[in-house]
Amino acid sequence: MIADMSQEAVQGEFREHVLQLFQGGPRRVLVTDIEIPYPDGRLIVSRTDTQGIITHVNQSFVAMSGYREEELIGAPHAILRHPDMPKAAFKDLWETIQQGGIWQGYVKNLRKDGAYYWVKATVIPNVRRGKIIGYSSVRRKPERSKVLECVQLYAAMRAKELEEDR
Amino acid sequence: MTYLFTVSPDFSPDHLSGWFIFNTWLQRVLETRFHLELFDDFQALHRAIADDRVDLIYSNPHDAATLVREKGFTALVKPRGASDEALIASFSGSEFNRVEDLSPGAKIATADDPTVHLIGMMLLEPAGLSKDNIQLIECGNYVQVAKKLLKGECDAGIFFASAFDELSRPIQDQLRVLVRSDIQVLHHSLMASPRLEQYWETLQEALLAMDGKPKSQEILQSLGFAGWEPVDREETEFMIDLMDTLTYSPAESLDS
Repeated sequence: MIADMSQEAVQGEFREHVLQLFQGGPRRVLVTDIEIPYPDGRLIVSRTDTQGIITHVNQSFVAMSGYREEELIGAPHAILRHPDMPKAAFKDLWETIQQGGIWQGYVKNLRKDGAYYWVKATVIPNVRRGKIIGYSSVRRKPERSKVLECVQLYAAMRAKELEEDR
Repeated sequence: MTYLFTVSPDFSPDHLSGWFIFNTWLQRVLETRFHLELFDDFQALHRAIADDRVDLIYSNPHDAATLVREKGFTALVKPRGASDEALIASFSGSEFNRVEDLSPGAKIATADDPTVHLIGMMLLEPAGLSKDNIQLIECGNYVQVAKKLLKGECDAGIFFASAFDELSRPIQDQLRVLVRSDIQVLHHSLMASPRLEQYWETLQEALLAMDGKPKSQEILQSLGFAGWEPVDREETEFMIDLMDTLTYSPAESLDS
């Protein structure tokens, strides 16, 4: 379970959504229309165990997420899940990496303060002695035109998912 | 028996004599013979690694995957506080102020340095640039990369950040840094082959103690290092995983 977002942490006007997280139950999130630009030259890096629980974050991850490091370690990676992201993207991600493959895609992440940031994410299984012991996710600055393509694509995918959920 | 010690060809020429002095220190500490062979380029180094000729190497992050996962090397130490970073620069009189000002078709000068080139290509991505839509101009070293920019023969260049910082002030003043990486976890390391396993512990202890003795401190200075710090197996594995994410390039697919 991930705790619901707190209204006190959110800056400005926000919308409320309830996410149904895979293995994480429902989570109430508060989102704003504020985009935080990706910092030039940085990589945002995290590691999780095989269940998607965060075991390591770098300073760029902490700074961009808005959470303190101690809030992130031990939390499910879905703490960054933005309601504009289609479920299908994460389903594909998990299926790919659990089979030992590498997943790459553009992701809109949710910050603690309700703002968002776009990343180009690459997720790789950490294979040690032939066994997957966890996953590393490395994000870098995305090309703007790709982000704009994804805004449209993901909106269409979300609309289809919501239609199917009814 | 004489073991082969080598240094990744991206080392600074300023430290050439330092590596020979280090090799002498190495032989004294381990009481065994090492031959320092410096390869002209990465192709020659990679052939030597493939032929199992290398026993000890001051390696760049790009070659760490082959050395650790295919050849059974182990990383003993890394330079304290140093990480491998790259930057993109252009001529200061050009119209380019940030990397997004570069367009497909840009002429990019680069040196024969796989780690730096990889980071540099990642830094170019936000401009929509990839190897498929730029003209890469290969140069022998970073001074030549700078010259390409000063002569207006290239739009931008990929530099090893520390090599850029070592360029003379007049040259640096004529260049504009568009973006500099701040990755922090990619680093060179001293790696030993399984043939040296009996020496791993002794060598690591001696290396870590170098900054505590005036004579060996001088050797460190000649290499441009403050000291060494230990590297454990998982740190190296993690760095290799991270390099793999930068190397990965799937068929273009937005919904993958």
